[in-house]
Amino acid sequence: MGQRNRGLRALLALGGTALLVAAACGTTGDGDDKEVTVVGSWGGSEQESFLAMVKPWEEKTGNTVKYTGSRGLGAYLTTAVASGTLPDLAGLPGPGEMIEFAKGGSLKPLDGVLDLDTYKADTVSALVDLGTVDGKVVAVFIKSSVKGFIWYNTAVYDGAAPANWDAVMATDPGSADSLWCVGLESGADSGWPGTDWVEDFVIRESGQEVYDAWVAGTTKWTDPAIKQAFESFGEVLDASFGGATTVNSTNFGAGGNPLFTDPPGCLFHHQASFISDFFKEQGGAADGEFDFFVMPEIDPAYAGALTGGGDLFGLFSDKAAAKDLLKYLVTAEAQQIWANRGGFVSANTKVTTYPDAVGQKSADAITKATVFRFDGGDLMPAAMKAAFFRAMVDFAEDQGSLDSILESLDEVQATAYAPA
Amino acid sequence: MEERLITAAIVLFGVPAVLVGYILLTERLIRALPERRQGRIRPWFWIAPALAFLVVFLIYPTINTLVLSFLDKASTNFVGLENYIWFFGDSGTLEALRNSVLWVIFMTAGVVGLGLLIAILVDRVRYEPLAKTAIFIPLAISFVAAAIIWKFMYEFRPPGVEQTGTVNAVVGLVGLGPLDWIRDRSFLIDNFALIFIGVWMWTGFAMVILSAGLKGISTELLEAARVDGANEWQVFRGIILPLLTPTIFVVGTTIVITALKSFDIVWVLTNGAFGTDVIARKMVFEMFTVQHFGHASAVAIVLLVAIIPFMALNIRRFREQEAIR
Amino acid sequence: MTTLNAQAAPVVADPRVIDAPARAAVGRRRPGGRLVLHVIVIGLMLVWLVPTVGLLINSFRPASDVAASGWWTSIIPPWDFTFANYEHVLAQNNLGDAFINSLFITIPSTVIPVMVAAFAGYAFAWMDFPYKNAIFVAIVGLLVIPLQSTLIPVLRLLAGAGISGEFLALWLAHTGYGLPFAIYLLRNYMGGLPREVFESASIDGAGPATAFFRLALPMSVPVIASLAIFQFLFVWNDLLVALIYIGPTRSENLPMTVVVANLVSSLGGETHFLTAAAFLTMALPLAVFLALQRYFVRGITGGAVKG
Repeated sequence: MGQRNRGLRALLALGGTALLVAAACGTTGDGDDKEVTVVGSWGGSEQESFLAMVKPWEEKTGNTVKYTGSRGLGAYLTTAVASGTLPDLAGLPGPGEMIEFAKGGSLKPLDGVLDLDTYKADTVSALVDLGTVDGKVVAVFIKSSVKGFIWYNTAVYDGAAPANWDAVMATDPGSADSLWCVGLESGADSGWPGTDWVEDFVIRESGQEVYDAWVAGTTKWTDPAIKQAFESFGEVLDASFGGATTVNSTNFGAGGNPLFTDPPGCLFHHQASFISDFFKEQGGAADGEFDFFVMPEIDPAYAGALTGGGDLFGLFSDKAAAKDLLKYLVTAEAQQIWANRGGFVSANTKVTTYPDAVGQKSADAITKATVFRFDGGDLMPAAMKAAFFRAMVDFAEDQGSLDSILESLDEVQATAYAPA
Repeated sequence: MEERLITAAIVLFGVPAVLVGYILLTERLIRALPERRQGRIRPWFWIAPALAFLVVFLIYPTINTLVLSFLDKASTNFVGLENYIWFFGDSGTLEALRNSVLWVIFMTAGVVGLGLLIAILVDRVRYEPLAKTAIFIPLAISFVAAAIIWKFMYEFRPPGVEQTGTVNAVVGLVGLGPLDWIRDRSFLIDNFALIFIGVWMWTGFAMVILSAGLKGISTELLEAARVDGANEWQVFRGIILPLLTPTIFVVGTTIVITALKSFDIVWVLTNGAFGTDVIARKMVFEMFTVQHFGHASAVAIVLLVAIIPFMALNIRRFREQEAIR
Repeated sequence: MTTLNAQAAPVVADPRVIDAPARAAVGRRRPGGRLVLHVIVIGLMLVWLVPTVGLLINSFRPASDVAASGWWTSIIPPWDFTFANYEHVLAQNNLGDAFINSLFITIPSTVIPVMVAAFAGYAFAWMDFPYKNAIFVAIVGLLVIPLQSTLIPVLRLLAGAGISGEFLALWLAHTGYGLPFAIYLLRNYMGGLPREVFESASIDGAGPATAFFRLALPMSVPVIASLAIFQFLFVWNDLLVALIYIGPTRSENLPMTVVVANLVSSLGGETHFLTAAAFLTMALPLAVFLALQRYFVRGITGGAVKG
């Protein structure tokens, strides 16, 4: 018995010492100055494209970029900010969150980081403004997208872009089952394609001032202008393939698939510029089989309006390498790398070559738009945005409940915009 | 790489060695005390490591949560019971409460009932490992994959069009129309469709633990009963069930709590729409989307309070069990 | 003394040998009953397997097929299967490292809580101290704490201690999170062990430590095996804790679950890669489950009753 005890005690001493040694060896010190940690929501092929974009910079400067993707970007950043363990650069879930982070002090102003004059000259002005808080630029768009394209199958529709919305709604579906196909499902974000629809209606039916006031929370949801936009979407739903249950159960990525079936399920599909990749991946369509026209005006007084989105990036640290990286990312040269890979629209107007017709047309659309507005939902506070998404799903399920839906949106609006 | 291997080896052997050494060391120290005191000091040494971990990782955050539940959105001002009043007054709360109750009742009944049934049945077949693996697989496959699996299973296409979802295809075989399983509010079908996913995932858990308990029942005991002429049902009721009751209790309580905390399934498949919302999803929504820590903490505390009745049951069981022993 | 020795070396025997008399007895009595038994078992197996099998087949199909038709349609020719999804996943250049990371994170996170819980479980089961039941029930009650509400306070503590980003942080965190269930399960099982065994041991002069290491622990092998399986599984499949506690500063320490989650674009497209990845990551937990199956064997505590 005594022998065993001695043996065990020796083991204990050995184990204890070893653990201490391990713990000491384990810590390799703080992040290197030549390492830039980046967090974004990009995964899959987007991640590959971003890494391709930073590669020349890494080679030139000898620094390394450590990118971590996380689809729960909001959750991740909340925790990171609250606990003080922040990355150097991070994608921001949206302008709303950007404002909260900037006001909280964690987001660094970019005056010393970017060549502001060049940046402002080269970038679509609306996008510059969106990254500005209290007069200082705090975030830049690494990637943007255009919304409100009406897609069609080139073999089914002859391509003449209707002059206005009434003409679009009056188009004869022909061999297609319905005029529209809509897909709202998207897991925890279900309903967002519907919000794109409503935003496009608001800006075309009521103009940018109403749009801005609505997004800022000063125009109520029960306002006739907003209600009208919902009702216009209701008309679209009534002319949609499969009806309400299909709309809610179809994933947004597969929403356009009926364009390519034989016989086609629908003639038109309203979606942002990035949907072309989904057509090819899931719809079985090839380049050239699809094309789009920009959603036309509804009220001639508000013609030329366009909505779009994008990925905002901000700086959370003072590391020199991180600042240099951000400066690099907005240059035309960096942006062109991703543009060449497709599925990308740049905020930098100096990027003019796109490999695919879709990319080219999208970039043209941005430069030609007389009024450009960022996606409304992304500009709203998180709680408002979530309620907006859910409202679309509820509306699609039962259009008759529109009034109570709008009233509950007003209730959310009353508290969501309050300063923290 | 070598450095990490060494670290890993050290941890794998060192930590058990340290723990064992700790117990032996404390035993020696305790022996030095008078006989009477030994039995009173010893248990505390044995549970001390566990308590240390629990305090840091669970108790401290819980107290933090309790405090936050009385503060406002950014946790700067005291607001008293405002968060709790918000919770009970919110329009979606009643529905979420109803659904959480459904989850607790049906998921627990399903998981424990099926787990027990399967554990007993597969005990008697030669391909037991294979059968158990089949039931266990849903747990092994990560939750993300499980969500994708059931999105496919419950997929809905308009009537008349070819169905891509397995369930609708099977239902179509018997001539019934396709249903949008996770969105159909009639008869609360969507809630049950989601609860079934929980049952599918967790039955393996109950099965494994109940099976371990089952193996502890001596074969001679069962054989003796059968030789005495008892049929299988009597053997079950008279021997297996009483001996397994403590384990069933543990599994049951764990699943009740899991059902209460369950939010992933609802979050990913319907996000709480179509009348499927549950309490835990509301909590995560408030915490990460709205970022209202006061609300989120209040909901977490409500969950904590909700399990008190089950904990009381547990205390009673332990007292009974120890009285018998 | 004989009792002690008999339990010191648990018999891990072949289940078929042990069960043969029991099974034969049942079989002799009710041949028709065997058929019903098999029908039910196989029926349940099918219900449980079909969803996963569907995904498995879909993982070998191109994405456009998956969107267009159900998986059962692809079983009949013409066959259009592809390895592309798996190739893409395996081609991820950090997958190997991430796999090693997952192992580094999971194994200690399994070993430590099981051991710590074993000591505590035994104490709650067989020792007496004031407020024992109340403390125990409080521990069990901790099961209900949502993980999400612990993230921020714990991350602050870990960052303050300088270990955020290290594996050690995860080992400690997973131990903490896994303890309530582990203690619950072990206490219950150990509490059910026959009192006579411990009594005769203490009469023979064995102290609590001896009783624990030579009696309780060997007799609890089945439940320890179950616990190990589940703890391994939960940690292996965990994404949130690893992502938050390791964070971007030490992204080389991130486990496979993070790499897999990043296969999907931010819009949620490309889920076909996820399906392939799911099956690849499932292989190890299943292997662990199968390997530990042999501890689910009758007879380990059976002998104890005889005393």
